[in-house]
Amino acid sequence: MGKTIFDKIWDKHVVKIIEDGPSVLYIDKHLIHEVTSPQAFSGIEKRGATLFRPTQIVATADHNVPTMNQHLPIADQLSKFQVDTLIENCQKHGIELYGLGHPNQGIVHVIGPELGITQPGMTIVCGDSHTSTHGAFGSIAFGIGTSEVEMVFASQCVMQSKPKVMRINIEGSLQNGVVSKDIILYIIAKISASGATGYFVEYAGSAIRALSMEARMTICNMSIEMGARGGIIAPDETTYNYMKGRPFAPQGADWEIQLAGWKQLYTDAAAKFDLEININAAEIDPMITYGTNPGMGLSVTGTLPTLNSITDPTEKQNFEKALKYMGLQAGQTLLGMPVQYVFIGSCTNSRIEDFRLVASIIKGKQKDPNVKTLIVPGSQEVAKQIKAEGLDKIFTAAGIEIRQAGCSACLGMNEDKIPAGAYCISTSNRNFEGRQGAGARTLLASPLTAAAALLTGKIMDIRTMLN
Amino acid sequence: MQSLQKITSRFIPLRIENVDTDQIIPARFLKATTKEGFGKNLFRDWRYENDDETKPKADFVLNQKQYSGDILVAAKNFGCGSSREHAAWSIQDYGFKVVVSSFFADIFKNNALNNGVLPVTVTDAFLQQIFAKGAEATLTIDLEKQTIIIDKTGAAETFDINAYKKTCMLNGYDDIDYLLSIKKEIEQFELNHKMN
Repeated sequence: MGKTIFDKIWDKHVVKIIEDGPSVLYIDKHLIHEVTSPQAFSGIEKRGATLFRPTQIVATADHNVPTMNQHLPIADQLSKFQVDTLIENCQKHGIELYGLGHPNQGIVHVIGPELGITQPGMTIVCGDSHTSTHGAFGSIAFGIGTSEVEMVFASQCVMQSKPKVMRINIEGSLQNGVVSKDIILYIIAKISASGATGYFVEYAGSAIRALSMEARMTICNMSIEMGARGGIIAPDETTYNYMKGRPFAPQGADWEIQLAGWKQLYTDAAAKFDLEININAAEIDPMITYGTNPGMGLSVTGTLPTLNSITDPTEKQNFEKALKYMGLQAGQTLLGMPVQYVFIGSCTNSRIEDFRLVASIIKGKQKDPNVKTLIVPGSQEVAKQIKAEGLDKIFTAAGIEIRQAGCSACLGMNEDKIPAGAYCISTSNRNFEGRQGAGARTLLASPLTAAAALLTGKIMDIRTMLN
Repeated sequence: MQSLQKITSRFIPLRIENVDTDQIIPARFLKATTKEGFGKNLFRDWRYENDDETKPKADFVLNQKQYSGDILVAAKNFGCGSSREHAAWSIQDYGFKVVVSSFFADIFKNNALNNGVLPVTVTDAFLQQIFAKGAEATLTIDLEKQTIIIDKTGAAETFDINAYKKTCMLNGYDDIDYLLSIKKEIEQFELNHKMN
């Protein structure tokens, strides 16, 4: 009997199994941010307990921070208080904090990999559902609630029932103009926003192996959008090349020792999955969502479902509710539709490769005058790299401003919001009602499709704009 | 944590699928640093016109006077999306003790259990039976027996919950107490655990 990569890592981290109950799972790295940690700190204090392993925790401020003038005090008093509370808690409990102004600050799921904190074989948790991002390195990484944040503070463990394991194999080559964001939007559209609930998903196949680390992170990031506990991709040379030399990656002789261990992290040929799905990469078009959950997506050249195609009454009612919110008609096409906003950012697509992709499309051209933009690097390091590569000049010449690092308009906790009724092509991960601001209409897409909208103010098929 | 053994109550039917935690509690209310007071903002943007508490939306079920009770009944995939535990805090603070659905998102389910709110998973057919009942109907949920009954008709189903979580709910124990009690075992585990 072979083992899956997931089983190999899980089994190594089980402290004990409670009979007819969950397992006590040991956590190697705990990432925290300002929004989901304060109640866990106060909970620990109320119990008179102390933090068990504070050196295994890394903190940053990302959800609630402004993306302009970060050197000034935060204007929103509630946001300021929350960020200040994080600073105070980290000082009090001896936790490394990359707060505003620190060169390592950024979106928690961007900085973990970037700094080499995220490593194969680890268990990683964070009070944030997109923690699944870190699975791209062959780690078991998942989002937890604040009670669980408190559990990890108290014991470096969480209590989890072992999920089922699904493998999604994607074989073949992608069309020109199709990127990893399209792969994951395609998968979610295929299996629905709840299609992987109860599962951990391994992504495999030649199309996955061919992807860069940043592209793999985009895929694992959105695992939660189909309900999965997390996503995982076995580490390989691409992983090791990305990690080598990063500040918290093992160095020297230690690197070699760790590397030998990481090379054992793969799914055995004889391993069995609870479910397997096979996808031909060439079938995937540039994707876009039309509705109010990430499963409501289609090819950018496709048409929305017709009302007659939906038979279940509750489903039909939900479809109509989504169409009403989005201001769209059943059966219509989205191609050529005007958009008022473009948001490039979030833990899904705010890394340097995303900015390179966008720059490759807008280079030497001008932004459509009617489109408003929110262009937000995932971290201070990404922002620095954008400058180092001169990409900032391409954006500036196109009439587009680049902001400072944070979660920004992905969830609109700071002032970066989309107004009611406006359409926004967004490289983020959720198109829920009101997610980007009350009444905002989010269309999830890849950085390339977002770049096309920057230039044209419309939903375009990027394939027709490439040479 | 609040304990729960048995409850008989009318219910509030929320016939919407894929209710995500952004709807349960919008992100702008996540700036709080305590767990209290989230109930008044539960389903905020479905409840009020333009965020105005003086303008409740008549078509939203929490604003319909005929419905009341400590049980929320929702369509499938309830609690998907963001891991924010604020969603469970809002539901609890509003006064719900049980949420019934044919399907729960994983993180929400854990968050609910960790806050003394019982998620009860029923079949699609049973969920439709509940939705078909009027505002006067009551449900009885017996955690010890793991049963849910539509009192008017006597229709019943059993539901799953693992024995450990059941004990926690029945007695109001929480996982942190348990984890603190096995600290020695965790330290022992660490001695043999390499980070990678």
